[in-house]
Amino acid sequence: MMEWLIAEIFAKYNYWVSIVLMLIGFYAMIAKGNLIKKVIGLNIFQTAIFLFFISLADIRGGTEPIVSEEIIHMGYVYVNPLPHVLILTAIVVAVATTAVALALVIRMYEEYGTIEEEEIIEKEREMGL
Amino acid sequence: MLSPVEQFPVLVVAISLLSAFTILIVGGLNKKSCCFISIATILVQLVMSFYILDHVLTVGTIHYWLGGWAPPWGIEYVVDALNAYVLVILLFLSLISAIYSKRSIEHELPSHKIIPFYTLFQLLVAGMCGVTVTGDIFNMYVFIEIMSIAAYALIASNKIGLKAGFTYLVMGSIGACFFLLGIGFLYSVTGSLNMHDLSLLLPPLYGNRVVQAAFVFFLAGLGIKMAFFPLHTWQPDAYAYAPSAVSVIISAAMSTVSIYAFLRVLFSVYTTQFILIYAPLATAISWLAAIAIIFGAVYALAQYDLKRMLAYSSVMHVGYTMLAVGVCTSTTLGLTPAVMHLLNHALMKGCLFLIAGAYIYKKAELWDIREFRGLGRKMPYTSAAFIFTALAMCEIPPGAGFVSILYLLFAFLDAGQFIFAAVIFFSILLTVFYFFHVIEIMYGRVGVEEEKEPEIDEIPLSMLIPVLLLAALSWIVGAIWLMEIPFPILDAVNSMFGLGVVP
Repeated sequence: MMEWLIAEIFAKYNYWVSIVLMLIGFYAMIAKGNLIKKVIGLNIFQTAIFLFFISLADIRGGTEPIVSEEIIHMGYVYVNPLPHVLILTAIVVAVATTAVALALVIRMYEEYGTIEEEEIIEKEREMGL
Repeated sequence: MLSPVEQFPVLVVAISLLSAFTILIVGGLNKKSCCFISIATILVQLVMSFYILDHVLTVGTIHYWLGGWAPPWGIEYVVDALNAYVLVILLFLSLISAIYSKRSIEHELPSHKIIPFYTLFQLLVAGMCGVTVTGDIFNMYVFIEIMSIAAYALIASNKIGLKAGFTYLVMGSIGACFFLLGIGFLYSVTGSLNMHDLSLLLPPLYGNRVVQAAFVFFLAGLGIKMAFFPLHTWQPDAYAYAPSAVSVIISAAMSTVSIYAFLRVLFSVYTTQFILIYAPLATAISWLAAIAIIFGAVYALAQYDLKRMLAYSSVMHVGYTMLAVGVCTSTTLGLTPAVMHLLNHALMKGCLFLIAGAYIYKKAELWDIREFRGLGRKMPYTSAAFIFTALAMCEIPPGAGFVSILYLLFAFLDAGQFIFAAVIFFSILLTVFYFFHVIEIMYGRVGVEEEKEPEIDEIPLSMLIPVLLLAALSWIVGAIWLMEIPFPILDAVNSMFGLGVVP
């Protein structure tokens, strides 16, 4: 049982890394009261998925995906470029999300003078919302 | 050579993006023009969407290959009966919301925020159109994010919306990440991103754990986006604290688009076959939806913030739609009630949020139902529209709500699911309670100090016309459904997904 588990983890360690990162990010988003920490958690979460995609595309001994006569004749294998392109787009999306999130945190700091979630909720209650 | 109408799907998205940046530039020169550019663009898009709907129904599905790259390598825009129908709904409600926003936003936001507001508004419309027309699943993810990011910023444009916007941002991003992860799973087993191609490659792999896990990620991700119980927790705050015009567009148009995205993934990527193999899945969705209906109705009853009450009512109506999706394989009606309810709910909820915004426009304290005393006399037209739409929502025939519920009940009787019929009746009872509570305060209770007839104090015409139009439509559309005029759309949707035939 133990051997099987170790073999399973080490054979697919790239997926385990993204799973662990994802859960760290998820935990930070749920458990942390500080809004900046939530944003960091969100970023870790997104990065975990990006790493998953990139490791999906990789192949042992793969070359860069420039198809030439040589590659075809010599029987080289090349890395699938499509996930990289997808993730390039997803990174742009993640940057936009982070930018909006940070802008909102700044605005909240201006309004409430704090970035702790509980204090903000308390102040909102005082304001009668 | 493509006919002009076949180029419209890409143009609908492109002109909206273009106008977003035009507004940003022209708005710097003339701030008043922002709103008119926005309205003009959406009007053009709406006309295009009608042409698309007509073309789809008479000629057939539109395929547009971006850059001329053939699928499955290139990105493809596919518009069939379901897309075209959702496109018309979302653009019509965006138009209503844009017309209404002119006065409402000037009142609610400081003047330096008007230009960014309309830029984001156009980006939101562009994102929604993109989600609707695309036939490529990764492209759908990108458009979902464009739509959502614009929505986060719009919700948070007021001071009170900041917290709600941030909560929505965190939850919405998790949802989008789950969606992306689902795409990754499907790509890892099929190597394709085109929806039609996926639907051909997936059936032999339905037993694969990765494909099943991907479905769960899609369900969870889109469940957050459409505020499906128990993932709705961002929604009441977001709807209640957003500026009025934004509440209208996100409650009516954006939730419709999110439900559409789920239908597209469920029936075009996975197929009816998948639901039939994993029948407990459909049962689970139905039961969750039934809980959503009861939960939404009970919570709506407990609110005294009108917008929040309507938000919980939205949770309930998402439940109706998903309940219809859950039973769709075991009835000859197929998706008919679900597709119907997309339009009906968008019209009724759009109208009610317009009215809630109208009250806040007149007096800032009027978010509170307890302050509504004598409103029926002060704002006769708006309040009359409220009563009409509320009655349509309380399933009085031939209102739009009645038609949806009628067909939903037919579907349950057909499928033999009597327990869900009981759930529906119970929810109707609660709906009647929470709307009549508001109406009773508006008309019934007149304060002692208000013995004399109060002066009529109506909202401006550019806000009143959308309200009256939607209130009228929520009845006219019900009658149109009963006359079965738009049924070609429903038949096309059902036959496309292979529904409506009980195996």
